[in-house]
Amino acid sequence: MSTLELDRDRPAQGKLRVIDCDIHPAMNAWTEVHPYLAKKWIEHLTVFGSHLRHAFSEALTHPRMSPDAARVDAYPDEGGPPGSSLALMQSQHLNPNGVAFGILNPLRWNPGSQRNLDFGVALTQAMNTWQVERWVKNEPRLRASILIAQEDTEGSVAEIEARASDRNFTQILVLPRTDEPLGRRRYWPIFEAAARNNLPIAVHVGGTNGHPSTAGGWPSYYMEEHHAVAETMQSVVSSLVFEGVFERFPTLRVVIMEGGLGWIPSFNARMDKHWSRLRSEVPHLKRSPSEYVREHVWFTTQPMEEPGRASQLIDLFDRIGWDRLLFSTDYPHWDFDDPRHAFKAPLSEAQRAQLLYGNAQAFYGIG
Amino acid sequence: MAAGRPSADIDHPATYAGAIDCDLHPALPGMHVLLPYLDDYWREMVSVRALDRLNLTLTSYPQNAPLSCRPDWKLEGGAKPGASLEAMQSHVLDRYRPRIGILNCLYGAQVMHSEDMAAVFCRATNDWIRDEWLSRDARLRASIVIPAHNSELAVAEIERRADDPRFVQVLMLVSGEVTLGRRQLWPIYQAAERLGLPIGVHAGSAYRYAPTAVGWPSYYVEDYVAQSSAFENQLQSLISEGVFAKFPGLKLVAIESGLTWLSGFIWRADKTWKGVRAEVPWVTRAPSEIIRDHVRFTMQPIDAPDEMAAIMRLIEHLESDELFLFSTDYPHWQFDGDEALPSGLSETVLQKILYGNALATYPRLAKSNSAMEVSA
Repeated sequence: MSTLELDRDRPAQGKLRVIDCDIHPAMNAWTEVHPYLAKKWIEHLTVFGSHLRHAFSEALTHPRMSPDAARVDAYPDEGGPPGSSLALMQSQHLNPNGVAFGILNPLRWNPGSQRNLDFGVALTQAMNTWQVERWVKNEPRLRASILIAQEDTEGSVAEIEARASDRNFTQILVLPRTDEPLGRRRYWPIFEAAARNNLPIAVHVGGTNGHPSTAGGWPSYYMEEHHAVAETMQSVVSSLVFEGVFERFPTLRVVIMEGGLGWIPSFNARMDKHWSRLRSEVPHLKRSPSEYVREHVWFTTQPMEEPGRASQLIDLFDRIGWDRLLFSTDYPHWDFDDPRHAFKAPLSEAQRAQLLYGNAQAFYGIG
Repeated sequence: MAAGRPSADIDHPATYAGAIDCDLHPALPGMHVLLPYLDDYWREMVSVRALDRLNLTLTSYPQNAPLSCRPDWKLEGGAKPGASLEAMQSHVLDRYRPRIGILNCLYGAQVMHSEDMAAVFCRATNDWIRDEWLSRDARLRASIVIPAHNSELAVAEIERRADDPRFVQVLMLVSGEVTLGRRQLWPIYQAAERLGLPIGVHAGSAYRYAPTAVGWPSYYVEDYVAQSSAFENQLQSLISEGVFAKFPGLKLVAIESGLTWLSGFIWRADKTWKGVRAEVPWVTRAPSEIIRDHVRFTMQPIDAPDEMAAIMRLIEHLESDELFLFSTDYPHWQFDGDEALPSGLSETVLQKILYGNALATYPRLAKSNSAMEVSA
């Protein structure tokens, strides 16, 4: 492809300026967070382990198609899992890909899905401190996410308040497979705290809640489980909209991470069409569902859609709204999107800059 | 594909003359109508357990919810929408003069937990449809209602109807007890393929699970919106499990699925398949190709503000104008007036949607088509 030729002419750092909204840091060993955990929780973890609504406490029932769901080249020479080495993250990703800022989204251990709520809250506190001490303090381009154990609303709000004034944190991270749909009122104190502190809510693929990944039961294959991520995000958006979360919290901003993009325009249209028939059931909505989405919801771009023709991708961006798209790579996972090649469509320099940098800069107020 | 003379005004009922309406809902007024078709044991059970006093209206379609019945299609005296053949004739069959209408009965028989009870009530439902609908209007055809959670009983019911050519399809709900690709359902697909019956998958849930992966939503509108998500998941299941590789002659019709999600679906499914196909080596073709060969979609509802643009966009994205089947979804409220299709479709596309695609999908309709045209 001609873009490869162009890349050779100019050093990558010279032209790329990227805010990567989805980087997954990992631990070499669980002992890394011991300094931030009370002794009783270290013992608890040793004796009882992770306790989820899930057949395995530390493995997935749909094993991924690559070890650690990672790029094969992302294993550090010094050992440890992909994403555990800052040096490799810098040399392999941050430097060559022109990452000016990178948002950390730690996924291990599912603190928000822990059935023992006190343990879940303790984990989020420890992992939040770990993000700052282990990563952000050593690499000024990185920013942390406030992990919360959303089923313990009180504990979540306390953790948000504890971190809100710390500029190392840019957002509140929730995984979508919550015990109840995210828009339900039990979670509203979290939204209230988010709005009060002007922190976006990031919803990144993951979590376990005991509900099958589809309305028709559990899928057999990872190919299905991976696909169902998109439908799961549809349900999150639907819940936030129809519960009236955005009516109640008019400044709340939500970013849906890694849920795909292709479904957004048709899903908005579906919500609008059936709301128009059934609106007497949800009188608290003052506007059509798509208007709330357009105003309150952003989407990260990875995994980028690959329609048959480039014009279809441009049409998709037009219909979602270019200003709602935040670039992400998902480093170090297997379906990493390279900022040079992710968009299989001809973009103007201005469009490219908007997607790779400008939108996230405005969204997070960084850079 | 869009080229050609623009079609006649779509809000004129004559436009639909000769169409095949692939989604009509006859309502079963109550279990009392099934009594003549039950054996002594089940008649006694109905009596002893007062089963005929149960309201088996599906949670997926609350009787009085605006979606469940178009305002001008309501029946006198609060009867269940769709319960009257005479009303269906006056609202659809005589007004639009389709050559064929396919009945999809959404009664509670198919969702009872007892497999025996489900099988008996499904059988009686099919008998009732035969006597009260098919035998009273020659334009009508029907889907076979089955207890999908027991393949053996389901296959027995399919085979019981096989000799009656007026049963043209097997009906399942999009959300049942297991994902639709699972091997325990394959005997159903095998029988359907063998007997020239497409599998019709209709919106609706047996509510064995929460209607979303994030749990139970508060509102009916959320449940209904989530039906299209369920269709996406089930297509991915059918493709991943290799149902269409195992049964190459099988056709599946997604009924009342909402349609416009298809573009995003094929983009994601094709890309995911490229990345992880080693897991499912029997899936040797891209999901979009499998869909083009095996899956069809009824038209209503069209989830888009600009329906014409949406249809043309879908035809472009899916690279086919042969996937869509005309439907009114009577008596559900999906369109107003006579605008069952967007205006401005080319004559070629219109003919395919109105009947050509359905004839290619339902072998039992194609077989009797010439005879029907003569008699019409």
